[in-house]
Amino acid sequence: METNGTILSVKDLKTYFQTEDGVVKAVDGISFELKKGETIGIVGESGSGKSVTNLSIMRLIPEPPGKIVNGDIIFNGIDICKLSIEDVRKIRGKRIAMIFQDPMTSLNPFLKISTQLMEVTQLHLGHTKEQAYQHAIKMLKTVGIPDAESRINGYPHEFSGGMRQRVMIAMALSCQPELLIADEPTTALDVTIQAQILELIKNLKAEFGASVILITHDLGVVAGMSEKIIVMYAGKVFETAPTAELFATPANPYTKGLLKSVPDPAHEAGTELYQIPGLPPDVAHLPPGCPFAERCERVREICVQEFPPFVQINENHYSLCHFAKEVYAESVAERENKNER
Amino acid sequence: MAETNGNNLISLQNLKVHFDLGGGGILDKITGGSKVRRVVKAVDGVSLDIKKGETLGLVGESGCGKSTLGKAILRLTEPTDGQVFYQGKDLAHLSQNQMREERKNLQMIFQDPYASLNPRMTVGQIIGEPIRTFSLENGGNVEEIVKDLMETVGMSRRFIKRYPHEFSGGQRQRIGIARALAVEPEFIVADEPISALDVSIQAQIMNLMEKLQAEKHLTYLFISHDLRAVRHLSDRVAVMYLGKIVELADGKEVYSDPLMPYTKALISAVPVPDPEIEAKRTRIILTGDVPSPINPPAGCNFHTRCPYAIEDCKRQEPQLAETKPNHFAACIRINSEFPYIEENEKNGLGAVGN
Repeated sequence: METNGTILSVKDLKTYFQTEDGVVKAVDGISFELKKGETIGIVGESGSGKSVTNLSIMRLIPEPPGKIVNGDIIFNGIDICKLSIEDVRKIRGKRIAMIFQDPMTSLNPFLKISTQLMEVTQLHLGHTKEQAYQHAIKMLKTVGIPDAESRINGYPHEFSGGMRQRVMIAMALSCQPELLIADEPTTALDVTIQAQILELIKNLKAEFGASVILITHDLGVVAGMSEKIIVMYAGKVFETAPTAELFATPANPYTKGLLKSVPDPAHEAGTELYQIPGLPPDVAHLPPGCPFAERCERVREICVQEFPPFVQINENHYSLCHFAKEVYAESVAERENKNER
Repeated sequence: MAETNGNNLISLQNLKVHFDLGGGGILDKITGGSKVRRVVKAVDGVSLDIKKGETLGLVGESGCGKSTLGKAILRLTEPTDGQVFYQGKDLAHLSQNQMREERKNLQMIFQDPYASLNPRMTVGQIIGEPIRTFSLENGGNVEEIVKDLMETVGMSRRFIKRYPHEFSGGQRQRIGIARALAVEPEFIVADEPISALDVSIQAQIMNLMEKLQAEKHLTYLFISHDLRAVRHLSDRVAVMYLGKIVELADGKEVYSDPLMPYTKALISAVPVPDPEIEAKRTRIILTGDVPSPINPPAGCNFHTRCPYAIEDCKRQEPQLAETKPNHFAACIRINSEFPYIEENEKNGLGAVGN
């Protein structure tokens, strides 16, 4: 296919919701590309549009009130936005799979694990019952569920949170998808279990060669998992860069603020934590200027009046800010100071 | 009997909270119920001192009993056994009426700011309720006090007539904090106060809690599974596993020099927002889940997941002992002479008896 190693390309995606409060521009002009075998991290606070972006890719936006009003989502040369729902269903679950945040609400409590796992391959791969059953056991073993032969006949409530998330991953990977979307896959889990699940996703990615979109609010999670990162705020991409560069030299005040406001156990504590003032904005009533302006510590007149440009910093590093270059220069200087010390 | 001495505000002695699930009776045999009596030992013999003015962090995985411990101190869950000393009184054995009076000094902030505020009450009513309940002020003054409280927690005084649904999660948590402060307590149990909030808001709430502590000389029991937050806020940290405290030390030391294999695993599991550190560090990944507290493993609770477990760990129950100065740990493979389990393992040392 004519994809040059690019598995997914999203161009100027806009997903709006019609509400009583007016039009909510949940996702407003997002573009990114994902290469085969690559992991991209999407970071943002609640309401930033990160989940809606991914529901759009899966065409899972409830319509109405939601609608993809603009943009192309090209998956392996196919424009997902133009497909009929029947054709989307053939891709969804088979070539693009998704893991959700809460494994308890995304598994059916009334059905055995086996039924839920077998359904996927019977539908997409045309497995017979016996084949599907054996395949399901194999998948449960792959994701590290001990005693898979007997656990497969259990119900979701008999599994712990971490084990349920493993079942979800087994289900998602059943058909060897080319793209795995993990929406806050570890948010509901304990740190020790989170470490297990992240390690599992990493290993499976290597084994199956799938590309991954990892959505999270936790900068720590993406730091160790992804090659590049998109920072979202109020439905917009605020910054995108290769992971190491984004953490070392952020070029957006919001990214900088986020990075500073996470207490870091590896470093000395005791001093007051940096805080971003104010609240995330109401996406139904966005100001004409920069949506982050009222919380930004370096806000100027222009920020309130004009929407900021998407400035290119380096080859793959962009930042949505009037002062992106200055912020970047500051970060570079801070970095050098730190390294000298 | 140990009383609260000058430095300790709260002193827990062998506190236990057990939940009886039934089973093992004659009827159970007929109806096919559990053959043995099943008891969840949510908190199982915790002795702990909370010093005046400090923040004691309590960390552990879900289901380890940390929330139950916090609630048991305030008698929101009845303790099964043990004592909770506060100002020379044993809270665990007060009558309900006496305990109510004590709640003027002991308050709680809850995890879920959506569920812990009555949706049919205005902010003014919510924050003012404890003041009215304890008749601390007469009617007319309450509104002024509530407004002052709102200002203290960083909310506009104008919002007094609004309802909880009109606020974001972070704002609601501020309301919860203002309510806890309304009776001017000495001690606050903060049960996962930031877990449900966005990252940028978490920092705001943590800073607010620190500011209030300095202004009002509060003592906190800060319960969280977020080790980064605990490290940031706490003077001392207690690590809990399956109903027991397994390590207790200064906040700094728990992170820089953890002694228990469990604590080490917990710390190494925390993702660090720095790709360079992430790439370099080695993770200790624990296998398996937390065992069920219904049938906790014999001996050391952690032996089923511990990479250093030996035969003795399955039989011998470790006691919390001072392994280094002011650093307590509960493991039979380490003691004050040999505090480092990796070295003991290398040198072929088995149980050294703590």
